[in-house]
Amino acid sequence: MTDAHAEPNYMAIFWWLAALTAVEIGVIYLPIVKLVIVILLVGLAISKAALVAMYFMHLKFEKRSLALIALSPVGLCILLTFALLPDLAHLLGP
Amino acid sequence: MSQAAILHADPAETPLTPESWGKLGMWIFLAGDAMSFGGLIAAYAALRIGTPTWPVPAKVLGIQLTALMTFLLICSSVTMVKALSAIRHGNRAGLTKFLSLTILGGLLFLGMQAYEWHHLIVEQGMAIQNNLFDATFFILTGFHGCHVTGGVLYLSVVLSKGLAGKYSASNYNGVELVGLYWHFVDLVWILIFTFVYLI
Repeated sequence: MTDAHAEPNYMAIFWWLAALTAVEIGVIYLPIVKLVIVILLVGLAISKAALVAMYFMHLKFEKRSLALIALSPVGLCILLTFALLPDLAHLLGP
Repeated sequence: MSQAAILHADPAETPLTPESWGKLGMWIFLAGDAMSFGGLIAAYAALRIGTPTWPVPAKVLGIQLTALMTFLLICSSVTMVKALSAIRHGNRAGLTKFLSLTILGGLLFLGMQAYEWHHLIVEQGMAIQNNLFDATFFILTGFHGCHVTGGVLYLSVVLSKGLAGKYSASNYNGVELVGLYWHFVDLVWILIFTFVYLI
């Protein structure tokens, strides 16, 4: 079970998640370059996912081995995405 | 190593207990499941980059309803942690109340998704065989919807065990495990909402 630790302030996490969701929706209407919007949205999504994993799933308070298991798919998914890029190279550049 | 040294060893070095075996098993399952979603999202990204005429998702799908669905899942994650917190303090009534609210959140999410799919299929003519946009949308949101359905069933089983008095302040591992699964479903939706609806 989760090692003894003080409970996080769950309502504070909730308000952060709600606020970041509102910011995400606002971002898509910003009159800026699409690439910047994409970078902002990905950053916001990763921030929200990290809040859920660290505080709701208590990963912040777990042993390092569990955190490594949880993070391993992230690295593999990034690797997979880059592995697919060469097949799209002819569409991405001159 | 002396007995005193063993007792005061670093927690990372202590042997796994039956409870932590369960948690380890759930995390390994979630890591595998994350790879499934990761593979689908990576394929979605590759197909989208490779298709020059991809529609603007927010214009085709609308985001008001899905923003509400996102908010709903965040709320259900909060009720889930409240359920765990309640039973950790021996509050069985709190466990029942917050688990029921979590299940309600899941059911409302599924109802909204059914409404959204009905609207897109019947009124907008979207279909999985039409084009890559439609196919990736239905596969990604459908796969996640299956997870929500599984989560609601799993939560219902834990709720029934809670009503039967199976959990207490010293025995709440089952609640913690279903919580991990439910938060994972919420976490994945956060990513799907961004990649499929907003970008």
